[in-house]
Parts: sequence; structure tokens; C-alpha cells
Amino acid sequence: MFKKLIIFPLIFTLIYSCSKNVSPVDSALETGIFHFGNGSEPQGIDPHVVTGVPEHHILISLCEGLTIANPYGEGNLPGVAESWTISDDGKEYIFNLNKTAKWSNGEVMTADDFVWSWMRILTASLGSQYPDMLYYLEGAEEYHTGKTNNFDDVGVKAIDEHTLKVNLKTPTPFFLGLLSHYSTWPVHKETVLKHGTIDDRNGQWTRPGNFVCNGPFQLKEWELNNKIVVEKNPHYWDASRVQLNEMHFYPVSNVMTEDRMFRAGQLHLTSTLPSQKCPIYIEENNPDLRIDPYMGQYFYRLNTNNPYLNDVKVRKALAYTIDRKAIVEKVTKCGQLPAYSFTPPGSNGYYPDTEIPFDPELAKQLMMEAGYSDSNPFPKLEILFNTNEDHRKIALAIQQMWQQNLGIEVELVNQDWKVYLSREMVGDFQVSRAGWIGDYEDPNTFLDLMRPNRGNNKTGWEDPDYDSIVQKANSTNDQEERYKLLMEAESILIDNMPIIPLYTYVRAYQLSSDVKGYNPHILDHHHPKFIYLERD
Amino acid sequence: MLAIFFKRILLAIPVLFAVASITFFLIKLAPGGPFDADRAVSPQVLKNLNEAYNLDASNWEQYLDYMSGLLRGDLGPSFRFPGRSVTEMITTGLPVTFELAFYAILIALLMGVFSGVLAALKRNTVLDFIPMAIAMIGICVPTFLMGPLLVLIFGINLEILPVSGWGQLPGDKILPSLTLGFAYAAYIARLSRGGMLEVLNQDFIRTARAKGLTERMVVIKHAMQGGLIPVVSFLGPAIAGLLAGSFVVETIFQIPGLGRFYVEAAFNRDYTMILGTTIFFSAMIVFFNLLSDLAALWLNPRSRDAS
Repeated sequence: MFKKLIIFPLIFTLIYSCSKNVSPVDSALETGIFHFGNGSEPQGIDPHVVTGVPEHHILISLCEGLTIANPYGEGNLPGVAESWTISDDGKEYIFNLNKTAKWSNGEVMTADDFVWSWMRILTASLGSQYPDMLYYLEGAEEYHTGKTNNFDDVGVKAIDEHTLKVNLKTPTPFFLGLLSHYSTWPVHKETVLKHGTIDDRNGQWTRPGNFVCNGPFQLKEWELNNKIVVEKNPHYWDASRVQLNEMHFYPVSNVMTEDRMFRAGQLHLTSTLPSQKCPIYIEENNPDLRIDPYMGQYFYRLNTNNPYLNDVKVRKALAYTIDRKAIVEKVTKCGQLPAYSFTPPGSNGYYPDTEIPFDPELAKQLMMEAGYSDSNPFPKLEILFNTNEDHRKIALAIQQMWQQNLGIEVELVNQDWKVYLSREMVGDFQVSRAGWIGDYEDPNTFLDLMRPNRGNNKTGWEDPDYDSIVQKANSTNDQEERYKLLMEAESILIDNMPIIPLYTYVRAYQLSSDVKGYNPHILDHHHPKFIYLERD
Repeated sequence: MLAIFFKRILLAIPVLFAVASITFFLIKLAPGGPFDADRAVSPQVLKNLNEAYNLDASNWEQYLDYMSGLLRGDLGPSFRFPGRSVTEMITTGLPVTFELAFYAILIALLMGVFSGVLAALKRNTVLDFIPMAIAMIGICVPTFLMGPLLVLIFGINLEILPVSGWGQLPGDKILPSLTLGFAYAAYIARLSRGGMLEVLNQDFIRTARAKGLTERMVVIKHAMQGGLIPVVSFLGPAIAGLLAGSFVVETIFQIPGLGRFYVEAAFNRDYTMILGTTIFFSAMIVFFNLLSDLAALWLNPRSRDAS
């Protein structure tokens, strides 16, 4: 008996070993299933409650806003709105909804659906984290902060069943781009209310079987921490264009596991790449490696409330002793670009002209002018970062540059993510690493950050000139004039250096050669109706 | 034996109460909250969120609220995953973690006991040295190295087994079970060898042989019963450790078990989830320790007679 117990599994394993598996990627050519490495388990799929990139990937397959991101370039394509007109002053938008647009339960979509959905996200007790995406609407901020209880005061109205009118406080040239962000997408009123109230964060309407939305796919299965399956939605207005039958999203949080899954043919697409593998894949000319431009910036925040960092000369000296080229070529090594401005260049045709020289001599002179010398050395400086090997490598390089060029002793302090965030928030840091990814395709998504009273400024720096120029830029409807003003603001920022830009991110990932129509996009928006599978 | 059982169960109640209370206040001491994010939320939004989850009440009120919920069996909603209750998440991950632990312990027992007993019987021969050397490697090589190594060989180079998943592709349960089982097999092999050696030198074994029993009967019926007591004592904490410590294997192999929730909850400051999983795992550890103590008592004739 004991022998049998050992021998049978052994024989089974040997027989089994003789046959090779057909990988999911191979069989996908028949089944039309797209296997998507999605980073981590999504918080949920209520577009008004969740935040984050994995959530976005799933939501873009399930729901659709008035516009969608253009996969072939800049700007936006029609979503639920088939056309729109903008008034001359840029403050009134009339959206004509596509009459064939339907919910996944077959009901026709109406302008009222958008009015109700936007009322929901602006309902304070829902606790949505993105209500400010709609603060550009007349009365929206007032409604959200309780200054008015009447939603009629908010600048969104249904003129008739298929016409939506939106009134903005100021001309907001990037407003159409905002509409491709999931926080502005509609939710199905009857379904939400069937499973809870308008402000219920924990409603069960997002469960398979309950979930109703209007995207190219509909929710089929959701196995927690395992996978989410969406299948083609026959009621989608552009269903004939959708070529995939299903999409399977895997929450693979370990990048090495994800890399192995891709190599074994279990994924078509990875969410990212192990950073140490990127230079190897570049050297090997790995055909599946993709490095796309990305609207994100890696930078260091300087706490200007710190008595030593309060001096702009010191801040500039620190910035001028960082060799950005060396950081991207010798440390990050994955196609990142050295950053000389806060806004990544090329954001919707915006190319800032600021410069940050690598000039240790000038930096030393600035330190002298600030009153620091061999006899009065600059005190020890601390770089705060969240625990991560890549952040440590960059901090080590900068530690060496500052020590070598300015003789400053630098200590590296790594903290758990939440501790790091909490220290940044209360201003308990000197220098801290940071990253920012654009929410929409416009320089304002970066420059707005550094205005006074913005929660994400965190540097303590404020400049009334900067604030008024950004504000002025956003109240003009002339794009050329606007970019000129924004560049002026950018110069003020770089001249004051409350942040030190280091490099512009890239989106590095692996994509199977079977996947077609997955075009690079600066915000990493990929509408799944353009994706299909075909082997060359 | 029944008296011991009830006494231990009664003792477990204050232990679990203490675990819940200490964990509750410890996580409140940790800097950062569940709604801190890279994209900071406005004070207004934070206020709304804190109200929605009763986090605006005092710690003492929150504690009383949580404990009264706990008595009713309600572990509260997850802060990280809106719309999910902690109970739902534990019951979703638990069967997977149990299954993984079951296969791992089965592999560990089969491999460990077989090689340990063999090594003891063939003491100081090749059949002793080789399995024990492998066991030493098994103890020394951590699962986060063993897992990727097995994946590289069987998943990527030979392409005969899936590299990840649980119950999705044929054969995807083999590598994680082996990875987790191997580490415990190594301990069991050394424990069973030690236990067997001690027993094999005792008088009752000589008596059994003198009675004319076959060597197989001597080993299976007499020696193993006493020789494997250390293994049985080890099994309780081992199973509890397997359940709570399968996080690494679950991450390497992308398995939707409870271990991943447990660790990620701590990183996300998902207070209710940390509390729920900690209390649950504590209960598991208490329970399996009790089971293994009872089994060891039962296997040992002296203590069995005494009770």
C-alpha cells in the first residue's frame, strides 16, 4: 500500500511531464480572450468611489464617458456623445448623445443619466476622492462643500433626452480630456438605487449579476485576488468594432511572477517590468519589450519650511549638482528621459523651455552666497523615500552627488508607504522623493499641483505671482496665449525650485506580438474596442 | 482528555480577547491611515470618509463598537475594498489557503516521514546521509528561492507545468504545493529520524524483535508509534504556520489565498481586515496547537493511561 502511494503519483507525474501545455496565449487566437496582467486587486469597480491604475484598466472595458482618449494621437474621440459644440467663450458645452448608446441591460442611455451620475460624485457623503474633477462646473464645488443644497445650481442640465448642457466657471480647454477620466463616467441609477442609496460606498451593485454599465464589455466573473472576467457587451453602441470576446484581468502584484507568467505564455500584457530586467531586455532586443512615453515625472520635494531649505540659493545648488543624464543612463536604465521642467514635455503640444544646468561650480558659488563654507558647513540632510529598491538606488546616486560636489552629508531614510505619506503630509521631512502622473492630457494637471492650498503641494512653497498666472492661463480660451502663460509659471517654479525634477517616466512593459491595436498613449489609456489578436 | 480539551478551549477565550484588544490599539498607533494616498484627498473628502467608517469617533468608542460587533460575529467592512466585508474576504481566501496547506502537509509528511524513518533504519549509510543532506538543504533554502527555481525548471525551461494560478490550468497546484511542502518535509525528516533513533534503542523494541516479529512489524507497529511523537507535536504549529505563513508562496504563484490579504491589509492600513485576519489566525494557531497536543497525548501510552 505504502509503495503504491509513492509509485502512482510518480508515474502520473512522468506521463504528465511528457506532454507540453498549450499556453493561454496560444489558445487565445481561437477563443479571443485577452490575458491582462493588472498589477493588483482592484479596490472595486464603482467609478465614483475607486482610484488607481488597475481600477482604470477594468473600468475602461466596462463603462464609457462622453468622450474617449484617441488611440492614434492627441485629443479625444466620441464616446457616448457623438458630437459636441463649444460656445465662443469656451464656457458652454452642448453634448449630443448617441441615440444608439445603451446600458448593458439594453436600456437606452439619456442625458439625465449623466446629470444623476455627476450629482452622485458631487454628493459629499459618498466620500468620492475625485469630486474636484468636476469642480470646473458652475456651482459644483459649492454643492460638494455644502454651500448649496440645490443641484439645479450646478452647471449640468439635460435639455432633452439626448442633449446635455454643461456650463463651466471658466473656459477650461482640457475639459474634454477630463471626460475620459472614469470619475466623470455614468452609473446606472436604477441599479445603484436597487442595492443602496446614492451615497452608499458599500452597495452591492458592482457584483457580477448586478453590475450594469455602458462599456464595450460587461462583468462576467470576479474571483477575489484571482481574476476578473469581462465579456463582450452586445448592447454597446459600437459593438461591431469590438473584436475580443473576453478579457481576463489578473491581479499579479509581484513583478517577477508577472514576468514569469508572460514568459510562460499565460499573459498577453504585463502591467510593468522588473526594473533590473529592463536593461537586459533592451540589450537582448527582446521583441516583446515596449517602452512608451508616459505623462509622469519623478522628482524630489524640498520642504521650504525647513530653515536651511528656505533659501532658494541652497535649493538651486542642490538641483544644479544632480547629473540627470547619469541617473537615467546608469541607474534607471530603461529609456527614462532627464527632466528639466516640472511638466513632462509634449503634454498636448506643450514644450516648456526651462533649463536646470548640471553645474557643480555654480552650485558651490550659490552655497557660498548662502553663507555656507568649509568653516560653516551645511548641516546633515535627510532624503525620505518609501521602501523600494529603485528609489534607494536613485537616492544613493544623489547622496553621492551632493556629498562629492557640495560636501553635504546625506542620510537616506526609507519608510513604509503609509508612514512616508503621513510624514510628507505633515511636513516632517527635508527632501522627499515623489512622482506624479497626469490625470488628463494638459500641463495644468502638473502646474495646478504647486498652487497654494493644494493638498499635493506639500513643499510649503507658495508664490502669488505663480498662482495668478496659472489662474489667468486657465481663464483664457486662446491655446497659444495659455501655453505662453503656463510656460511663464513653469519658469517661476523652476527658478524657485521647491521641487527638483529628476526624470520623465516611461511606460515599460511586455506585450505579446499577437496583440494588435494597442497603441502607445501618454496617459496609458487603451480603449479595448481597438485591440485585437492576430499572429503574424 | 475531555477535561483537558475544555480547559484549553476556555483558556483560549482570554487569549483571543487579548490579541484582539492589543492589535486594535497597536494598529491605531501606526502612522498613516487607510485613506492616505499618493494623490492626497482634500480635508473635506477625508472628513466624509472618516464619517462613513466611524473613524471620527474616539478610539475607545471605536474599540467598544468593534468588540460588540466581534461578539456578534461581525468583523466589519473592509476599508480598502468598498462593498466587501472582512468575513466575506476571509471565507473567500480560506478554502484556497486550506487546500494549499493540506497538499503541502501531505507532501511534507510523505517525503519527510519516509526519508526520516529510512535514514534512522539505515543509520550511517548512504541512505541516511543523502536524505538528511537534502533535508538540510530544504531547511536552508527559503521558499522565495525554491519557488522561482522550480518555476524556472518546470514552467519555463521544460514547459510542462503552469508557472502560476490555482485551479485555472491543469497542474497549476503542483509547484506551489511542492514548494511549500518541501520546506516542512525537511523538518519532518530530521524530527522523525531523531525520534526513531531514540525509540529503536529502547527495550520494548528489543522485546518485539525477540518475540519474532518481522522487522516491518517492529518498525510500523512499535517503533513508529513512539518515534513519530515529535512529528505530531510539530504538526500543530506547522499547520498553523502553513496557514498564516503561506503569503510568500501565494505571492510567487499568484494564489488567491488568505495570506496575501493578511499582509496587504497591513500595508494598506485596512484596520478591520488586519484585525479580522489576526484574530482568525490566532484562533487557528490555538486550535491546531490544541489538536496536536491531544494527538501527542493519545499516542504516548504513559500519558494516555494517566488521563
